[in-house]
Amino acid sequence: MLETILSNLNNILPEVVVTVTLCLVLILHLIDRKNAQNLMLLAVAGLFTALYVLTTQIGLNNSTFSGMLSVDPFATYFKIVIILSTIVVAVMSRFSDEINDEKKTSGEYYFLILSMALGMMFMVGASNLLMMYLTLEMSSLTSYVASGFTRKAKDSTEASLKYLLYGAFSSGIMLYGISLIYGLTGTLDIVGVNHVLMQGSSSQLALIVASIMILVGFGYKISAVPFHFWTPDVYEGAPTTITAFLSVASKAAGFAMMMRAFKVMFIDSSVTSLPPGAWTLISGVHIQNALMILAVLTMTLGNLVALWQDNVKRLLAYSSIAQAGYMLLGLVVLSSDGFAAVMIYFVVYLFMNLGAFYVVMLIANKTKSENIDDYKGLGKRTPLLSVALAVFLVSLTGLPPTAGFIGKWMIFLSLINAKMIGIAVIGVLNSVVSLYYYVRIIRNMFLRDGQPNEEPIKFPLAQNILLMSLLIPTLYFGLFFNELIQFAQFSVQMFGLK
Amino acid sequence: MTITLTHFLIVSAILFSFGIYAVISRRNAIMVLMGIELILNSANINFLAFSRFGGMNIEGQMAAVFVIILAAAEAAVALAIVLNIYKRFHTVNVDEISFLKD
Repeated sequence: MLETILSNLNNILPEVVVTVTLCLVLILHLIDRKNAQNLMLLAVAGLFTALYVLTTQIGLNNSTFSGMLSVDPFATYFKIVIILSTIVVAVMSRFSDEINDEKKTSGEYYFLILSMALGMMFMVGASNLLMMYLTLEMSSLTSYVASGFTRKAKDSTEASLKYLLYGAFSSGIMLYGISLIYGLTGTLDIVGVNHVLMQGSSSQLALIVASIMILVGFGYKISAVPFHFWTPDVYEGAPTTITAFLSVASKAAGFAMMMRAFKVMFIDSSVTSLPPGAWTLISGVHIQNALMILAVLTMTLGNLVALWQDNVKRLLAYSSIAQAGYMLLGLVVLSSDGFAAVMIYFVVYLFMNLGAFYVVMLIANKTKSENIDDYKGLGKRTPLLSVALAVFLVSLTGLPPTAGFIGKWMIFLSLINAKMIGIAVIGVLNSVVSLYYYVRIIRNMFLRDGQPNEEPIKFPLAQNILLMSLLIPTLYFGLFFNELIQFAQFSVQMFGLK
Repeated sequence: MTITLTHFLIVSAILFSFGIYAVISRRNAIMVLMGIELILNSANINFLAFSRFGGMNIEGQMAAVFVIILAAAEAAVALAIVLNIYKRFHTVNVDEISFLKD
């Protein structure tokens, strides 16, 4: 028994590294309550070690802990995305006034983001329905606490309550759906569920109800309409660093889990007359239509409501809902190309979205405001930051030569290859709508004058270095994307599928 | 009368509906959390009933144990957040705690 556990530990070595790091952070925080800087460095060092261990796991394709977790290229890819965004968020938090004001508890803060990252890393590998539920809750429970981290601010407290109520409710419904799937198939292992469903004896209606209930849980995690109600409030109220983390890493983990669950559970592997890379669902499972409706609703509502927002954080919240809609399009295609497109999009999204939130945070540090009107004249006061924000926003819109263009292009290309021209057109139209509200911020920065006699804002070198390390990839992947595409196409493989 | 799987499923479906009703209709945060607890427990009844009467493996009972533990952890975090809310707003009515505008 013990030997099996020890031999399995090798497969989850990156998670072990993160666990050790978070324990160390907590203990050091108890010993020395004043030095948050050291804790940040320790957390980042641990995360880099985990990243290194992860790179040695690329290409591994097996399952561990009696089929509970898969360690396959798909999981490894998403773990890299999660760890990279955790590193960026940890460094970013060092520069955040919101977090630094909480001097006594800033050690707990790094503990919280590390444990969120740990939960997410388990989420992307989970290949058992019970494990999926547990890991989803593991990352959610810490997210509730983290979004209410600045205990003095009313907004943050309210955000954590709303997140808690919506999150616990949606995951409860998901659990009920899982119990129905267990009743229908007699197993919780997703590959086992697939085997039973292939025999086609279970009740269609119950299967549809159960899969929609599970979809509620996933929809909440990726903030898809109509399960998005928590998103604007939590993104506006939570500390900006946590908002950035939720919008990238948490969404990536939710997407990875959803992609794995639906592909492995509902794939019909007996059909062989399909173009390479495409697959088909077991007859009677109408999840493709449900996803299509969800995707169109999500991007349209996200983009339309964003038009009316005056708070930049809230605007970016609606924009991140819309981005989830574009990514859902990649799932609708039902082909490896679509999945690879979503995975490419996440790497791109990691840099551009974290970058946008980082600039918003730096500006809020100096001006104490997140209102779009206070961005007037920033182009003159702090040219570098304004140009960077403009690049991130252009990239979020999906215009060349930025990386966002490649992300969107791959998704629309996979739709067109699958002959879903109508949906692709809706997606492009949505991008046009989104241009309006992104450009509103850029216009305020460069074409509108602020108050007279405003001083130029200067930022220290360290903050500019982090900015550059987000800005350069956003431009780089817009021009040199072949390797990223190859890596994503290699990483589409999941354990349990041929 | 013998108790069969169907009876358990009906009980759990009723509990689930009560849970949903409580979450939607109650305005007190604590009552909403109790509704969520009902939903979790209805799923637990399902797991146990399927495992015992469905002639299935022990996986369902294992799942139920994990869910019980998780419900306890969730209650701890949830009550801490509600306590924090009460300190800030002096109320736990979810309708009154709405300062983030739409």
